[in-house]
Amino acid sequence: MALLEIKDLHASVADKPILKGINLTINPGEVHAIMGPNGSGKSTLSNVLAGNEAYIKTAGQVLFDGIDIDELAAHERACAGMFLAFQYPVEIAGISNMYFLKAAVNAVRTYQGIDQLDAMDFLDLVEEKKSVVKIRDDLLERAVNSGFSGGEKKRNEIFQMAMLEPKLGILDETDSGLDIDALRIVSDGVNALRSPDRGFLVITHYQRLLDYIVPDHVHVLVDGQIVKSGDKELALELENEGYASWVDEKGA
Amino acid sequence: MKIEDEKSFDELTDKEYKYGFVTDIESDSLPPGLDEDIVRAISKRKNEPDWLTEFRLKAYRHWLTLEEPTWANVEFPPVDYQALSYYSAPKQKVDMPQSLADVDPELLATYEKLGIPLGEQEVLAGVAGAPTVAVDAVFDSVSVATTFKKNLEEMGIIFGSFSDAVKDHPELVRKYLGTVVPYKDNYYATLNSAVFSDGSFCYIPKGVKCPMELSTYFRINAANTGQFERTLLIADEDAKVSYLEGCTAPQRDENQLHAAVVELVAHKDAQIKYSTVQNWYPGDKDGKGGIYNFVTKRGHCRGDNSKISWTQVETGSAITWKYPSCILKGANSVGEFYSVAVTNNLQQADTGTKMIHIGKNTSSTIISKGISAGKAQNSYRGLVRVQETAENARNFSQCDSMLIGDKCGAHTFPYIDVNNPTAQVEHEATTTKIGEDQIFYCNQRGLDTEEAVNMIVNGFCKEVFRELPMEFAVEAQKLLGISLEGSVG
Repeated sequence: MALLEIKDLHASVADKPILKGINLTINPGEVHAIMGPNGSGKSTLSNVLAGNEAYIKTAGQVLFDGIDIDELAAHERACAGMFLAFQYPVEIAGISNMYFLKAAVNAVRTYQGIDQLDAMDFLDLVEEKKSVVKIRDDLLERAVNSGFSGGEKKRNEIFQMAMLEPKLGILDETDSGLDIDALRIVSDGVNALRSPDRGFLVITHYQRLLDYIVPDHVHVLVDGQIVKSGDKELALELENEGYASWVDEKGA
Repeated sequence: MKIEDEKSFDELTDKEYKYGFVTDIESDSLPPGLDEDIVRAISKRKNEPDWLTEFRLKAYRHWLTLEEPTWANVEFPPVDYQALSYYSAPKQKVDMPQSLADVDPELLATYEKLGIPLGEQEVLAGVAGAPTVAVDAVFDSVSVATTFKKNLEEMGIIFGSFSDAVKDHPELVRKYLGTVVPYKDNYYATLNSAVFSDGSFCYIPKGVKCPMELSTYFRINAANTGQFERTLLIADEDAKVSYLEGCTAPQRDENQLHAAVVELVAHKDAQIKYSTVQNWYPGDKDGKGGIYNFVTKRGHCRGDNSKISWTQVETGSAITWKYPSCILKGANSVGEFYSVAVTNNLQQADTGTKMIHIGKNTSSTIISKGISAGKAQNSYRGLVRVQETAENARNFSQCDSMLIGDKCGAHTFPYIDVNNPTAQVEHEATTTKIGEDQIFYCNQRGLDTEEAVNMIVNGFCKEVFRELPMEFAVEAQKLLGISLEGSVG
């Protein structure tokens, strides 16, 4: 069974149509990259999938692990194994990263019918996972994303993904604002999480990220539609030629 | 938002007030109304000495000359003071409860339902690791049981009902009563001075550090009974005490008036920490019913190097009108005010503090967190006054407001009055709206919207919660969750 099956997906933001018929299938173990110019609908796609209410799905169907996502509220999609690494992770003052993560891990476990982790087991899991993105202890104790640098926030997103062990990881322009070292660390983290049961949807503006996270499939998103799909070579092609020809063709 | 969620939010909003039950105990009440005879009758029933009867009468006569204050940012229909009953005591099968076993079982069952640790079996049995909390329970005006009294007595600590203190330690009561909140202070304090029913009294002698948190649970039970608690707490030189006060009340349709007075006195080098969790019935979602909480709380840092710290978590009541204050008279004395005030539905709160700097090198800190949801109005009102005598006084104030939804209001009224050029006074204020993006972020990590709001709000209040004793902090977080149920959706 496909992990994610998107059929003719249309979506609007503030009554403005953004996605105009997306078709995409991701199988377990696959890494799909979506590239496209600004305003093509990349972030809209990730937000619609994750259930952000500001983004309205107007037509089509999305099956996640065989379940129509219309049946699931945002938190249920997360609990069912969909993880969105945010482009702009938000701050939550006064709540430590650890406390937040423990609540998240246990919410997911409860939903999946697994016993909650107690404090000791949770700490063991943190110890095990924190090496994935080389996250510093002081970041774990600080309030969620408060006073984190751009790179630290992205690293924290990947760390959360490692902790929550989702079936599908959606990376929304995770490379934006990262210097080359941070990019490498974050990419190494994602690569460490690649597995035959897990799929990834990597949304990016630049080919650079795909040097580190090598995709199985690359899709070009222009004006709310996938205009071309290919393998990793397609990304290199785009790097050389840019999006201009696609944008012109679409008349956008 | 999925449809099922909307439904569940409705269910939560419609949820009955958790503590809204009425205990069927025959109340020994005076007829409704207020005149000098009623004041005398209250005093007589309590076998009070003449000086106290006189204190009440002076207050009553002064009260007749006063008008209800209207400056607070709250609205409510006029209170008919002649329709209220001013005394109500639960009847006991024996005249005086000698031990918990003598207490009306129904009363104990009520506390049981509330989860109040009165008669905590473990504590009484001396089980290792049991919490050491002494409880002076006030059930509709009369203290019914006091635990740990003996233990405290050995240290010279007096802790019990106000009525008992009048009988057993009249000289102390007479010396301090009305010295922090004079009977002429304000409309509600004056009314309280005339008709106060009971409350708690605590005296910590010189050099004694009270080894346990003292706690009192207040509860209003009889219909139409105004509750007029009177609390007096004195920490003598170099004494130290932490006092907890928590409140819940059963559901009632009539608005219930609560006009308490709390007086704290800290002598030289003494420290008092006074924590409140207030969860009285706030009224239903249409604003029907609910407690009017018009309270005067004030602490007097009388001696040098003394310290008084107020921490309050206010989640209940239809209307809250409350300004726990510190008069910083002693040199180097310290006043603190940490407050979380939550208003939902049609609740109104006008709360804050007054820090009056009189002594040299006095300092005060004010941290106020106001949270408004539904159609509620939440006001912070605070005064920082530095008198001419207060060389090098310092104050730091931080007032943060959080709005949930777009039909509620947050207001800040800071008054600063500085009469000494060496003073340093800082004031910071912020207003934030709980972000959809924050909620979505939490949703995306598996937390439902209710949990998300809870977490965000608790984070917002953290600076205040960490001032609370441990067991109270946990309770406060739960209360916050209950208070905000159904506020987002």
